[in-house]
Amino acid sequence: MSTTSFLIAFFFINYVRKAIQSEAKYPELDRLIVSVRYFTLGLFGMQFIFDDLDIFRLVWPAYLAFLVWTSHKREEFEPVRSTSLALLPYVAITLVGELIRMISTDFYHQYDAFFEAGKFFAFIWVFILWLNNRKQEKALEAERLKLEKQEELGRVTEEQRSQLEVLVAERTAELTLQKEELEKALNHLKATQNQLIHAEKMASLGELTAGIAHEIQNPLNFVNNFSEVSVELVEELREESQKPERDVELITDLLSDIEQNLQKIQHHGKRADSIVKGMLQHSRTSSGQKENVDLNAMADEYLRLAYHGLRAKDKTFNAKMVTELDPTLGKVNVLPQDLGRVLLNMLTNAFYAVSEKKRQQPQGYDPTVWIVTQSRPGQVIIRIRDNGTGMPDSVKQKIFQPFFTTKPTGQGTGLGLSLSYDIITKGHGGSLEVVTQEGTCTEFIIRLPR
Amino acid sequence: MNILVVDDERDVQTLFEQRFRREIRNGEFRFFFTFSGEEALSCLEKEDSEIVLILSDINMPGMSGLELLQSIRQTHPHSPPVVMMITAYGDEETHAQALELGANDFLTKPLNFGELKDKLKETL
Repeated sequence: MSTTSFLIAFFFINYVRKAIQSEAKYPELDRLIVSVRYFTLGLFGMQFIFDDLDIFRLVWPAYLAFLVWTSHKREEFEPVRSTSLALLPYVAITLVGELIRMISTDFYHQYDAFFEAGKFFAFIWVFILWLNNRKQEKALEAERLKLEKQEELGRVTEEQRSQLEVLVAERTAELTLQKEELEKALNHLKATQNQLIHAEKMASLGELTAGIAHEIQNPLNFVNNFSEVSVELVEELREESQKPERDVELITDLLSDIEQNLQKIQHHGKRADSIVKGMLQHSRTSSGQKENVDLNAMADEYLRLAYHGLRAKDKTFNAKMVTELDPTLGKVNVLPQDLGRVLLNMLTNAFYAVSEKKRQQPQGYDPTVWIVTQSRPGQVIIRIRDNGTGMPDSVKQKIFQPFFTTKPTGQGTGLGLSLSYDIITKGHGGSLEVVTQEGTCTEFIIRLPR
Repeated sequence: MNILVVDDERDVQTLFEQRFRREIRNGEFRFFFTFSGEEALSCLEKEDSEIVLILSDINMPGMSGLELLQSIRQTHPHSPPVVMMITAYGDEETHAQALELGANDFLTKPLNFGELKDKLKETL
């Protein structure tokens, strides 16, 4: 019987159909394969009709060989080619067996067991190969699925990544814009700060102007008066020298007076000169160059300037000025313009505080402002003290903050002490401290390293 | 005639002594100098009867010229010396205030010494 051959052929066709997925991929070829399958069934039926025809026995191996050959013929069968080769041993042994039976039936029957065993093993071979192939395919399929999954995962990841990239780009753009805006705002603030510092300087210069005018007027009056009186003295001297009997003592007196006057003129001329220089220095941008300065002279000069500045604004104002200047101080290396602004600012504040207190309690109050210098090992101390209104703790904590002021709107920029603090700490590496008691006194203590 | 000059500028003394050198030499005027309102008051106590005229600056640290004037008018109502105020700020307000407090005259800096001399001689 050739049932085995039929089954092999039938399953092979089915296998091929499945393996190359002809139904989906090659519909035309699929129809052909289906026809071939029917033909195989027909062939199986036909063998019952031609059972006694010996030659028909050769049909099955030929048919199987034809199938193998076909699978090698067409491109579409490429995936099943190697598997189809597994049929060849079976085809060969069946063909040889049938041929021998046709030539010598006796011989065949003598070795019948060998042929049957050969067929059986060849069939087993096909079966095993088919199983193995199936296993491999399953593994491949699993691998393919895994790969597909990975690909899917990769695709999703890629999609998420590109989405993220878009988001990142958006955020980056936003941040860049914000950064630019902030930079713009910062530059604007810096410019405003510079303008404010300049305004503060000009405001303090305004406070100075009246004081300066007064301070210059006085020495100028002396210069004028002493030169006028010297002209008179020279006149008198000439008259005396023309007399026949000269009063030598008078001449000596007159000469020494003239000499003294010239010295006074020089002194007051220099005084006016230094005030003008001080004013110019104050309005100039800080050179950033430290200079050796006589701090005692500077303290005294600014005390007078601040006093006259306030006097000029409020003519009823008066205060006692006390200087306690350490004669051993010597010259100190400072930024003169900057330190001058600090002193002017604090002294102006001190005079303001005493004038406010005087306004509140005119009787029995003796408004006084002190400026004290002290030389200590490694440092110089400047104390600016007043017996004015003092400050409550709430005010004391804020006085060094920019724009903080207790003065009525328009009377103070609120930058004076904040700038002073920067000048002393950053500009000089010193310290600025305040000691105050509400209603009693305030003292600013400047410590400068030397 | 004893005259007290009150000014915080010390060179005022030298200036007056030279400007009035002839008058001082022939004994017409005798000048006393103090450099603050407080000092002037203690000087007045000592030289009470002899000071007949006071020339005072207004703008001085500590006791101002106006406060000094007020004090003089309060403590010496019976034998009032002549008080002339001098100021660098020749504004109306100060002027009025000085006259109200009992100043006899009001002069502005820079001083015209010729005019001052005439005024002093007039008072004498």
